Amino acid sequence: MLGIRMHGRGGQGAVVASKILAKAYFMEGLFVQAFPAFGMERRGAAVAAYVRVDSSPALARGEIVNPDVCVVLDPKLLEMVDVTAGLAPGTPIVLNYAEGQVPQDLVGRFTLALIDANQIAVNHRLGSRLAPIINTVVLGAYLKVVQEPPLKPETLFQAIEEGVPAKKQENAAAAREAYEQVRVLEKS
Amino acid sequence: MKKVIMGTETAALAAVLARVQVVAAYPITPQTVTVEELSDYIGKGELDAEYITVESEHSAMAACVGASATGSRAFTATSSQGLALMHEMLHHAAGGRLPIVMLNANRALSPPWNLYCDHTDSLSQRDTGWVQYYCCDVQDVMDSTFIAYRVAEKVMLPVMINLDGFYLTHTSEVIDVPDQEEVDRYLPPYDPVDKVDVDNPSTYGCVCGADLFSSLKYRRQMDTLAVEQAWQEASDEFAARFGRSHAPVQGHNLDDAEVVIVTIGTAGGAAQLAADALRKEGVVAGSLNLAMVRPFPHQSFRQAVSGAKHLVVLDRDVSYGGEGIVAQEIKSCLYGKSSAQVHGFIAGAGGMDITEELLADMTREALGGQKQGLELGDSIWIKVLP
Repeated sequence: MLGIRMHGRGGQGAVVASKILAKAYFMEGLFVQAFPAFGMERRGAAVAAYVRVDSSPALARGEIVNPDVCVVLDPKLLEMVDVTAGLAPGTPIVLNYAEGQVPQDLVGRFTLALIDANQIAVNHRLGSRLAPIINTVVLGAYLKVVQEPPLKPETLFQAIEEGVPAKKQENAAAAREAYEQVRVLEKS
Repeated sequence: MKKVIMGTETAALAAVLARVQVVAAYPITPQTVTVEELSDYIGKGELDAEYITVESEHSAMAACVGASATGSRAFTATSSQGLALMHEMLHHAAGGRLPIVMLNANRALSPPWNLYCDHTDSLSQRDTGWVQYYCCDVQDVMDSTFIAYRVAEKVMLPVMINLDGFYLTHTSEVIDVPDQEEVDRYLPPYDPVDKVDVDNPSTYGCVCGADLFSSLKYRRQMDTLAVEQAWQEASDEFAARFGRSHAPVQGHNLDDAEVVIVTIGTAGGAAQLAADALRKEGVVAGSLNLAMVRPFPHQSFRQAVSGAKHLVVLDRDVSYGGEGIVAQEIKSCLYGKSSAQVHGFIAGAGGMDITEELLADMTREALGGQKQGLELGDSIWIKVLP
């Protein structure tokens, strides 16, 4: 089983992103289960969403305590939430992070996929500079560090187009740009 | 057609495929999406039904009672406090022998305020005369809605389909959505013998003296007890058509099981995993998902656990001053008919995850292993402060 944990803020689209990712794996012929840790998000509060991917329906439900990959939509969450909880050394962390900077305390311990999703979102007119919509952008970066089970980039981009309420092509194009631009720092 | 869909969306889609004719509902977390989606389906003309907006859940059920009495297929959805507010009308629906189907998203009753999964809301309505079914996954939400209408309209009793709040309502899974034609073949239009008809007036619910009242109750009890068999038959026919079974009692490795973990709702998945893990330790364990709580499926349950020595029963609820409600029900079912020991555990209320590890630990404690929780009355409470 592949277990994915996503951290975001209420209103940032972590739950939508988890559903898009689930749909993409479903399109690859796999069984998926996606659910939010908090169903009644308050805007701005820390939320989490989980995805289970497997070749058979998942029997377990609830929090994934030891995820195989972790996705963080907002770098400020690193100060509020221990996003590394339950992660084995070297686990991929996909992180929305400003261009040219690195989260020093994570470097070397985990496989980091860093993407300046805010800038890419603004470039593609997703949201505003103050409130960019980055949930689908980060999924593009995710693709680069998770190999098993296989997920074709085109499948993900199609799932994004089908899963967002507006600006379908812009969302897919932004994810594609993130896929191409992501900086990967391997565990030392 | 296979698709990824959330529990609440599935409930709305199931109501559409069941061709419900009247929806009267009031939104409440975690059921809200169901009501919103049904409103959308009706607004777009994709469901030919009347949507009655109401000022409360009491009115929602009252409207369903009226609609059903005129011979319409009626549907509503609620949760927790909303279900509690319906209480009086629940008796009306069952006593009026009206085959309404209602989704209830299981959520804790306040105070203190908590939106998450807990079974006290539906179980505290267990004596209203409604059939109660608890879904184990999102596919079950879709399929049991069709079975519910089939059974309800045969025995003329209302059915409450229960979904664990968030664990099902907000969870997206892969399910098979049947074609409309397939559903139509399984679930023909509702055509009752008796209905309120202005062209052919008659009186319903008039005063009744002691001479007949007890007899009517006796008759209702007879018909309610017959639901176990009726549901089993409807599930068997559903399985023949669609390849999926939704029986009142669903067992996993019970044939030789000496220890059986009993759950209702979504914890059944973790119970299967726990039973499998315990087998690897040499404990001959199985699990039982009790999908129907009312009527209690006495025959299937006794048969399913006939070889068991220990039943480990999970309650996500409590009857204050009594014990876990499911454990009570099981003890009542087995009294004088089985020597199996019933170990009642209370855990998972208010949204605590029920995991394989938790259920395996409870089972180990029941068999004399390390203590996991605090003993109080006849139950053991897990993860509570002393």
